[in-house]
Amino acid sequence: MKAPTTSERLRHVVAVRPASTEGRNPGMPLDLDVVRALRVNRSAVERRAATIPTRRTVKKEWQAAWLLRTITCMDLTTLQGDDTPGNVIRLCAKARRPLRPDLVAALGVGHLDITVGAVCVYHALVPTAVAALDGSGIPVAAVSTGFPAGLNPFAQRLEEVQASVAAGAQEIDIVITRAHVLTGDWPALYAEVRAFRDACGRAHMKAILGTGELATLTNVARASMVAMMAGADFIKTSTGKEPVNAVLPVGVVMARMIREYEMRTGAAVGFKPAGGIRAAKQALDWMILMKEELGDRWLRPALFRLGASSLLTDIERQLEHFVTGRYSAAHRHPMV
Amino acid sequence: MTTVAKIFETMEYGPAPESAAPALEWIKQHDNGRFGQFIGGRWVAPAEGVYFETINPATKAVLARVAQGSKVDVDAAVVAAKSAAPEWAALPAHARARYLYALAREVQRQSRLLAVLESLDNGKPIRETRDLDIPLVARHFYHHAGWAQLRETEFPGYVPVGVVGQIIPWNFPLLMVAWKVAPALAAGNTVILKPAEFTPLTALCFAEIAQAAALPPGVFNVVTGDGTTGKFLVEHPDVQKIAFTGSTDVGRIIRKATAGSGKKLTLELGGKSPFIVFEDADLDSVVEGVVDAIWFNQGQVCCAGSRLLVQEGIADRLTQKLRARMEKLRVGSPLDKAVDMGAIVAPVQLERIRGLVEQGVEEGAKMWQPSWACPTEGYFYPPTLFTDVSPAATIAQVEIFGPVLVSMTFRTPKEAVDLANNTPYGLAASVWTENINLALDVAPKLKAGVVWINSTNLFDAASGFGGYRESGFGREGGREGMYEYLKADSETRNAEVGMRNDTVGVEKPDASSPHSAIRVPQSDLPPIDRTYKLFIGGKQVRPDQGYSRRILGPDGRVLGEVAEGNRKDIRNAVEAAHAAAEWGRGAGHMRAQILYYIAENLATRADEFAARVGRAEVDGSVSRLFTYAAWADKWDGAVHHTPIRGVTLAMNEPVGVLGIAAPEEFPLLGFVSLFAPALAVGNTVIVVPSESQPIAATEFYSVLETSDVPDGVVNIVTGSQDALIKVLAEHDDVDGVWYFGNAAGVKAVELASAANMKRTWATTRNRDWLDPREGEGREFLRHASEVKNIWIPYGE
Repeated sequence: MKAPTTSERLRHVVAVRPASTEGRNPGMPLDLDVVRALRVNRSAVERRAATIPTRRTVKKEWQAAWLLRTITCMDLTTLQGDDTPGNVIRLCAKARRPLRPDLVAALGVGHLDITVGAVCVYHALVPTAVAALDGSGIPVAAVSTGFPAGLNPFAQRLEEVQASVAAGAQEIDIVITRAHVLTGDWPALYAEVRAFRDACGRAHMKAILGTGELATLTNVARASMVAMMAGADFIKTSTGKEPVNAVLPVGVVMARMIREYEMRTGAAVGFKPAGGIRAAKQALDWMILMKEELGDRWLRPALFRLGASSLLTDIERQLEHFVTGRYSAAHRHPMV
Repeated sequence: MTTVAKIFETMEYGPAPESAAPALEWIKQHDNGRFGQFIGGRWVAPAEGVYFETINPATKAVLARVAQGSKVDVDAAVVAAKSAAPEWAALPAHARARYLYALAREVQRQSRLLAVLESLDNGKPIRETRDLDIPLVARHFYHHAGWAQLRETEFPGYVPVGVVGQIIPWNFPLLMVAWKVAPALAAGNTVILKPAEFTPLTALCFAEIAQAAALPPGVFNVVTGDGTTGKFLVEHPDVQKIAFTGSTDVGRIIRKATAGSGKKLTLELGGKSPFIVFEDADLDSVVEGVVDAIWFNQGQVCCAGSRLLVQEGIADRLTQKLRARMEKLRVGSPLDKAVDMGAIVAPVQLERIRGLVEQGVEEGAKMWQPSWACPTEGYFYPPTLFTDVSPAATIAQVEIFGPVLVSMTFRTPKEAVDLANNTPYGLAASVWTENINLALDVAPKLKAGVVWINSTNLFDAASGFGGYRESGFGREGGREGMYEYLKADSETRNAEVGMRNDTVGVEKPDASSPHSAIRVPQSDLPPIDRTYKLFIGGKQVRPDQGYSRRILGPDGRVLGEVAEGNRKDIRNAVEAAHAAAEWGRGAGHMRAQILYYIAENLATRADEFAARVGRAEVDGSVSRLFTYAAWADKWDGAVHHTPIRGVTLAMNEPVGVLGIAAPEEFPLLGFVSLFAPALAVGNTVIVVPSESQPIAATEFYSVLETSDVPDGVVNIVTGSQDALIKVLAEHDDVDGVWYFGNAAGVKAVELASAANMKRTWATTRNRDWLDPREGEGREFLRHASEVKNIWIPYGE
């Protein structure tokens, strides 16, 4: 792989990169009164979620711009048992150049240097990804702590975090022990996430709640709040391996908890929906949710990521349609 | 920098316009934007040749010219409806069901045209017409296609009312067409519809839908125009029913105009609906609820949650959250798919909103509006929040009908209920709490026809909608709504037999001069004087003025003296009846026990009463008391099938305090037949017994006294029936009046009732009280009930 030129390096310093624009979440002591007082009414949340895609929409240039922004917020992900250096290197190449150059030119956004937000892989493939992305400024995120179930021995989970950081991962996606939530053992959840956070050191930590296994939206709210109190820089919906992954009602609840936490502490925590987001339209719905419930700061990779893989291809197709006026085909775009 | 690159930085929404072109083209196709009346299945030019303009409130552009309906036009429409009525009513139920089904399908086929047309004419956002109004319209016709199919089997003994005049408002123009027309046609009536002058276009478009569905000519007619057109319709002698949705002021005018006319009437009027937030509610969801309550349709919603009642401890937090949310609302072109609020319907309405907001500020409430500005080219008004509002403030009392929310605090659930009910209105209410015990405790205590738990502004054809108090009477939707367009077929029979006071009358099997049958024991001593007092609050009390009236038998013999009740006695009786309100909150089983006990004690004295009124009346009365004792724990509500995950409970609640003028004849059975169903449902009553034969009722005092009837549940005031019932009809703390008397009395009761919009059941119709098919049953229980629909979404 060709080493980046000086000008490329400089541009990457200038370009917006997540880790540098928002401060870390320092966390706060566990406040059980706050956690237990949280109330979520599922039917009301579902009504809100149902109207997010119907109350707002973006068309034409606005849609194109929003889709480009979506690309910059994407954690381009592969988390398969058959991952090899080969397909991870391919993924990283796509992460650097997510759009066909002719489309970039037609959209007039060459100077924006659009890349994805991060590349997300298992620990074993971190070195491959770090090497493949060298000089791009694109961080590597590693799923960790016994992903996806998170039931490995605690010491091993901590070691895994440290190993991934040592291997060059700048972001760590940890999974929480769902049992702590289901049994209401908030001190245990707090201690676990706090320990992971300490193990992350300078790497940013995303806490995966596994919302599809938390049973109730009230549990989602409480788990979100405890994870943030324990210092999570991002809260993330799912591993992508649960039966139900990122759905808007869950997103509404988590976004509201981020708002609540910011109001109490002043710290802005990021949000990452992951799993099942395959269509450009879905991605726009999530962006609209961010803008409506949290504000424009959450439309930047520093505070918003979408965990996805095939989504990128659909976005490319939509952007080509915007440029040419013709509907596009997946095979016209370099595969992930 | 290119546009895309620029937007990439700003991340603004940008425009998302729905095209107006197809709707404008549809308008143009109609005589270049000039519409006549739709009468007898075809378009007819207005007789006087007068047209008025309808405008797009978002741009002030003229959309079309619409006919001003004159008396001639209304007459023509009534003739068309009247001539179509017999054949339409005689169709098999299944045939009418097919027509309603076709209407539903055609609405769906034209859904986008209707949505755009509605948005253009009214100024409401296309999102709302597309996602809410039009789907609900189609749903209403589908649901009522079902009622049409089932009418004969589900409503045996009922027939259509006949020709129905329907007058609808501008806030939900087409949805109100559906709410009115679907049940009317399903029941077998024919219709003359008068849409609001600001928003006639979708009703005219619906006329074409009726044509497309091949509805027989004359079954559905549209006459456009202003209030004078409505007046011609209301006053037309061949219209058997008026259904009106609109302001309480106009509703009152219609109530007075139809008083004594024999027209059936339903009114769906204004509101100042409470939105109650307890401290354990999901506050972020509450905020969205408020958005749906008061910033839906620019707040121009009769059931808008316009009074925010917040538990004191969370008020500041909620205000903070609300303001943050208001900053994110978008007001703009109604045809933009990404706006939350469109234009106010007309300048007059905009001025009213502005004036009331100014008044609110002047009266010392704290007003807040978001920092952004509304468009200036049309009639727009920003979302507005008032805090520090006292219940005495004008803005806390009057219906603003705009995007203006007033907020107040409460300390306890009881105070929340008191504040909620502290209004002449009673249309809807929202209750927000995560505590089911609290929610289900509060809901029945609210004077409102619809209560939404942790939700707001949910509507469905399967659920009845309508108000308590000055929000009107009658229900739209559900089984309860169908009865508003039906009448008992016995009414038709009796109308043929003749009105009361006719000598033909009803034969009483045991009417062989019962009074003369009183056998005073043979004695040389004079009879013991009988002077009857009034029965108020469980006690026999002297009348206020100390006058009495002498009651003579048919043979001229003095039967006794009864008290001459007056206004003050009525006042006292009403207070006693209110004090006994616990009666309605107790179990049906308890009321059954007491009704049985009354029957038992009457039976014990059967001979004595039979000597006064005849055996048949006494036996009939004992049986009737058993009937309503039976019903007392069986007058079940329903669980409606609405499209939510949850239940919609239709609860039968007592009307409240009822004033009852018992019929002249059947002095015992008529009296029992009216107070017993009222009691079974849980009402408390003030009965004015038969004026000429009151002694059966006054002798009944001691039956009541020995039957454990709680004090004040039944109050009896003797005297001049028409004078006393007028006092009851005028009393603003009486919730309903039943009057079985003469035509002048019916008119007087209906006129007086307009002041507080109390429910009336006033009729000159002669009944055979001895016949259980006419003298008892569900008809009586329905009049004794208000149906409250409580929406309870669930899910954790």
